[in-house]
Amino acid sequence: MKPDPLAPELARVAAEPYYQPIGDEVALFEAAYRRRLPALLKGPTGCGKTRFVEYMAWKLQRPLVTVACHDDLTTADLVGRYLIVGEQTVWMDGPLTAAVRAGAICYLDEIVEARKDTTVVIHPLTDSRRVLAVDKRGELVPAPDDFMLVISYNPGYQSVLKEIKPSTRQRFVALEFDYPAADVEVRIVATEGGVADDMARKLVKLGELTRNLKGQGLDEGASTRLLVHAAQLINDGMAPVAACTAAVARALTDDAEMTETLNDLVRAIF
Amino acid sequence: MTERKLFEHELEERLDAVLFASPSHRSITRLATTLESLPRVQQEKVLHWAGVAAKTYAEIGYLLATLAPKAFELLDDEGFDAWVLSGLDAYDRFGLRPAMDQLRNIELFCAERAGTAVTRLADVEMRLARFVQGLSGRPLAVRAGQHAWTDTENIFLPELVAVHTSAGGNRRLYKTMAALLWAQTRYGTFSVDIEARLGEWADRERALGWLAVLEAVRLDARIAAELPGLAAEMAEVRGPWPEELSAAIAHLTRPEATVSDSLDLLAGFLSGGGVPPRLTFAGTLDPAAAWRVRAERIQRDTETLRKALATLKGMGGKRLSGEHAVSMAMANDGAGMEVRVDGEAVALPPNLPPEAQAAAQSLIQDLGEVPPEALTPAGHGQWTPTDKTGPGPELASDRDADHRYDEWDYHRGAYRRHWCHVYEMAVKPGEPGYVTEVAQRHGPLIRQIRKRFELVRGEDRMLGRQPDGEEVDVDALVDALADRRGGAEPSERVFSRRVRNERSLAALFMVDMSGSTKGWVNDAEREALIMLCEGIEALGDRYAIYGFSGWTRTRCDIYRVKGFDDAYDAAVRSRIAGIEARDYTRMGVAIRHLTKLLAAQPTRHRLLVTLSDGRPDDFGDEYRGTYGIEDTRHALLEAREQGIRSYCVTIDRQGADYLRHMVGPASYTVLDQVHKLPLKLADIYRRLTR
Ligand SMILES: Nc1ncnc2c1ncn2[C@@H]1O[C@H](COP(=O)(O)OP(=O)(O)OP(=O)(O)O)[C@@H](O)[C@H]1O
Ligand SMILES: [Mg+2]
Repeated sequence: MKPDPLAPELARVAAEPYYQPIGDEVALFEAAYRRRLPALLKGPTGCGKTRFVEYMAWKLQRPLVTVACHDDLTTADLVGRYLIVGEQTVWMDGPLTAAVRAGAICYLDEIVEARKDTTVVIHPLTDSRRVLAVDKRGELVPAPDDFMLVISYNPGYQSVLKEIKPSTRQRFVALEFDYPAADVEVRIVATEGGVADDMARKLVKLGELTRNLKGQGLDEGASTRLLVHAAQLINDGMAPVAACTAAVARALTDDAEMTETLNDLVRAIF
Repeated sequence: MTERKLFEHELEERLDAVLFASPSHRSITRLATTLESLPRVQQEKVLHWAGVAAKTYAEIGYLLATLAPKAFELLDDEGFDAWVLSGLDAYDRFGLRPAMDQLRNIELFCAERAGTAVTRLADVEMRLARFVQGLSGRPLAVRAGQHAWTDTENIFLPELVAVHTSAGGNRRLYKTMAALLWAQTRYGTFSVDIEARLGEWADRERALGWLAVLEAVRLDARIAAELPGLAAEMAEVRGPWPEELSAAIAHLTRPEATVSDSLDLLAGFLSGGGVPPRLTFAGTLDPAAAWRVRAERIQRDTETLRKALATLKGMGGKRLSGEHAVSMAMANDGAGMEVRVDGEAVALPPNLPPEAQAAAQSLIQDLGEVPPEALTPAGHGQWTPTDKTGPGPELASDRDADHRYDEWDYHRGAYRRHWCHVYEMAVKPGEPGYVTEVAQRHGPLIRQIRKRFELVRGEDRMLGRQPDGEEVDVDALVDALADRRGGAEPSERVFSRRVRNERSLAALFMVDMSGSTKGWVNDAEREALIMLCEGIEALGDRYAIYGFSGWTRTRCDIYRVKGFDDAYDAAVRSRIAGIEARDYTRMGVAIRHLTKLLAAQPTRHRLLVTLSDGRPDDFGDEYRGTYGIEDTRHALLEAREQGIRSYCVTIDRQGADYLRHMVGPASYTVLDQVHKLPLKLADIYRRLTR
């Protein structure tokens, strides 16, 4: 098929992203890719899901299309729409359609945020049919073998209104992510944050202490992402306590008492 | 005056004489016993002042004598006199009650006398509790006690600290005490049976005193290695260690030192005859209590883990059975767990339920590893319940039950058919002005809740492709243009219209009306419901409120406060006011009945929120413990099967280790502070439905 004049540019992952494997997720993902199965990434915020997909896209040499889902996301936002160019109407592929045509990896981040009627467009794509229905054009776009759909969600997010329907989730191979074991997390924080192992170890310890408070006043403990942020501030010359207060304590809560507790923990470590 | 101490009978006689008018006459013997250990000078002082005070008011004389041993511990002779006089003075000026309070509060008196600041545990408790929770990663509650000590599940701290001139100094002292007690549980103070070793020494009290000091030295070093910031703060509080400890310090601060090293050093200190230094921050030891609590926990954790392993298909791809050598240990860096099957490291199965992971972590903290017996999956029939069972008394009722429900009997692994009799009735109206009064008192809070709830309601949504509306739908218009150009009939639906986002949600709140909620829990529940109603009214969701209580399976009462079709009107408000503490908490049946009501709602989403103050319980032994927990769990699973999401809010200062298992697929929150409930409940609802 001839590409449309307005086909969106697809981002390619040029350089190898740094990704520290945590378990057998790389092998699982590759197997799913070979078998043309879509993947579901479950895990708390900031534990490396997005980074993992970028890494896999690089590793499999596929373009990566990422869509951050939100509750106003319509089917047209995913599939495409007509635009008026001069006197003419021109069809513009949405990111999902573009990804299908190009045999890319399409990553729908935080799928639960999207409206239910939007999510159903992925159904025919994610079973043995592997086609995308572009209703407005009356077109059925078959997915090439190297197309792969990946979605993510955070099961800790407990809204009753936002659960994945069983008919959706049962189409996916599920990969479970969690905060990595201490040694691995130290490596990530040291590499990403540019700090020495010693400092990284302390930050990881802090992460562990805050995770102990989950459900005791905190919805979530500090993610790897927050620890990396703190490390980056420290690398830039901030004092560790100040860096952790800003990047961890205040990022985790608005509650004054809880902030004090977190600061107590920060000071206990440094 | 001779130096000889007065014996019990002599004291009794003299006390009788001075306190002749005392209404507490019969307890004079006990009083005499406690005074017997005091030196003669002090005994005489007590008798003197008790006599003086009794002339003013007999009860004061008696109280004074009762408190005297403690007062002598904290005050010198001069201070003792001043303390008595302050009590008598309070009587003259303010009366009996204030005088008694003045005398009882010896610590406060000491602090005022020394010009030090007074800090109460209540003021720092929350912050300390969370701090300790952060450090320990397993339930470790902070509670008030006579002195600082831990049984490994609770840290007891004095109600009042008045050592430093500044409140900040006192707070740091509290923190130091809490940290050292946490360290006792974390770094194995009770990993050997201290009680058994104590038999070696004649003077048990002195031995325990020395051991507490030596352990403080050792634990301080352990903390310094892992939490240098905390250790620095602690060093400020404690100052330099006493000179006499210097040899021991070198030995105990080695990273590999354990409680056995402290015990080994004990002999030297005891034979020296010295009295252990009084270190306020170090706390005391009760090895027997700690050993017992620890043993119970180990057994509980072991069972939890075995049970969880039994339900697993395999571990890291390997099947678990007796033929494999499975081991689980703390990773080298002290964090994270490592599981080995036949010596080969495998990933911890992600489907190991959180309560099992927590149990394994807890075992590692207690034992340094997960013992092999905890890694043998529990087979059928191996899982022996510890709770006793027996039928409760059956109460007849004057009318037939409105409904009957099955109940899950975990002994049988089956339901008992039509076992529970449910009676549904409306709550009797309470004070009519109550709700208005609370709403006024919490005006700002309610406004805040409403504001947050309005955010959840979200912005209105644009509905496209409408025949008319306030804006043009560009997508539709473009399509229409394209159609016309292509010769097809263009659609006229080219407008978009603003509509209110439809949430389609029904929520039911199930409120504990058991006897144990009497008092502040009940107040908090009622206030929480008022705030919730105010908030939900702003959202427009369908909601209902029911209370539950009961007395055995034949009398399970469900109280309607607000049905789904009731408006939040005067009648509902007076029923909220009328929510009161009644009998027991048979939770399963209440969940089943309310699930049925909820399931009949025509909405797309259904949410059941339970509000209770501890584990399920009913009269008699039958429902208590595992039975009630398993039944409640099953009721929640049944609700889940009917498409109902549940959320359990529990007020339990004990921490609630059973909850994770009980609520199964549901989620939960444990509140250890009742006063947080009102804001928290509204917040939970907002979070669940955003
Ligand atoms: N395994 C990992 N290897 C390398 N970096 C990691 C890893 N895990 C986390 N990180 C670091 O943490 C940051 C956050 O990770 P990422 O953005 O992938 O999280 P996420 O799981 O997608 O979170 P969210 O659910 O909030 O989108 C990354 O930018 C990276 O610095
Ligand atoms: Mg992400």
